[in-house]
Amino acid sequence: MTNKSEKVVSAKYVRNRTIGAFAVFFLLIAAAIAGWRWLNHQPEDNSVPQPLRAVLNGNEKLFSNFIYSPGNISKTYPIYYAAPKVRVNGDDGLGDDFDAAAWKLQVVKSPGDTLFITLDEIKAMPKTDIIFDFKCIEGWSQVTHWGGVKFSDFVKKYNLSDQSAMQYVGLNTPDKKYYVGIDTKSILHPQTILCYEMNGKPLPMNQGYPLRLIIPVKYGIKHLKRIGTIFFSNSRPKDYWYEKGYDYYSGL
Amino acid sequence: MKRIVQKHPLAIRWFHWINFPVLAVMIWSGLLIYWANDVYRVGWGNTTVLKFFPDSFNKALNIPFRLAEGMSFHFVFMWLFAINGLLYVCYLFFSGEWKLIFPNKKSLKESWQVVLHDLHIRKGLPPQKKYNAAQRVAYTSVVVMGLGSLITGLAIYKPVQFKTLCAMLGGYEWARIEHFTLTILFTLFFMVHIVQVLLAGWNNFRSMVTGFDVVGDLPKMQATDEKSTEEPPSVSTQTV
Repeated sequence: MTNKSEKVVSAKYVRNRTIGAFAVFFLLIAAAIAGWRWLNHQPEDNSVPQPLRAVLNGNEKLFSNFIYSPGNISKTYPIYYAAPKVRVNGDDGLGDDFDAAAWKLQVVKSPGDTLFITLDEIKAMPKTDIIFDFKCIEGWSQVTHWGGVKFSDFVKKYNLSDQSAMQYVGLNTPDKKYYVGIDTKSILHPQTILCYEMNGKPLPMNQGYPLRLIIPVKYGIKHLKRIGTIFFSNSRPKDYWYEKGYDYYSGL
Repeated sequence: MKRIVQKHPLAIRWFHWINFPVLAVMIWSGLLIYWANDVYRVGWGNTTVLKFFPDSFNKALNIPFRLAEGMSFHFVFMWLFAINGLLYVCYLFFSGEWKLIFPNKKSLKESWQVVLHDLHIRKGLPPQKKYNAAQRVAYTSVVVMGLGSLITGLAIYKPVQFKTLCAMLGGYEWARIEHFTLTILFTLFFMVHIVQVLLAGWNNFRSMVTGFDVVGDLPKMQATDEKSTEEPPSVSTQTV
């Protein structure tokens, strides 16, 4: 102990300062408890209390505007790292009544102007393979091998540059039961592919045959399986897991 | 009459008491997140000594199936944790308080002596200022751990944007293990801290709220001179 700040005071002074400080202390505890209750009883915005959602949206702005760069690419691996058994974690939107033979990718250019594209037409484009660490929002990850067409190549080939100037891209499964919204910057990232192959073979049904999204800058919840429709929008397309309380951006 | 000394500056008391609930929310929301992929355990082969966490633990704390909720709290309160922590470190630096907290040359050796003393194996403590050697080591470690939690957390949160950071930590999965381990260390620190606070007693606890420590009594007669300069009798140096 240093003696520099030592003071001699009355016992009453000690008592009064103690009472004063603890009064403030207990008031702050009460305020913290009240604040916590208030926070948990705020109206919800897509299953999250509004004040929290506001900060999460702020996080999204910070990361998408200032930190995200298309030059930041996901680490890739040599082919022997790729897992032979790829984990299957969800089947939302993969109904049994799917008619594979009749499937065509629908791209809505504008209301009433929809492109119908066959799998063969997509396969005719230059193929891109990617082996990367697929990350699930649950916390696990797995190095997996996917093949398909770069979304940015697809946009060029089908003259979608006007559409892709919009802020968001929406994707739905054919049965519309699973749907995601993605910021256009991320979907035009050089590693984002419209994927029709896994481990060099056609996608299995439970991985979204015939075509799924692989977008390494996002959590798995955004890698929609079995794409039915793609559309573009300046407002956020609805998003399956966002509605259930997850982050809209879900960027990595 | 009482002799008091100013022990904890107001700023440090604020940082301390803000950090307590914020860190609690971070650990709680972290548990909600971890549950969704709760693969860590202590053991070898098929033998598990300790599972993180046992079902009873999860059930008792109402942890299962709250991943989204956990993430939304974690990624909001992280800002409070980071800002409070950075302000605290800045304060330590600019106020000179760091000299009282950072370990010095003798601290490593002496902290062992303090541990032996607290376990009633050794008698007597080495001389100290505000904090003893073990406290210096512990309180500095916990600041470094806080920084570690921020860095490993950032690497898990945005592993592509912070790819280099993530790689430096040994990759995504290692960063997650490190983040988890730091949290376990925080809870261990917390438990020891609570025990030490209980053992140190009321005067010590009060100083974390009021800022001052009562270091001794004076007989009434002498106490008339407010600016008494006489040597204080030696006092207990057990502080937490």
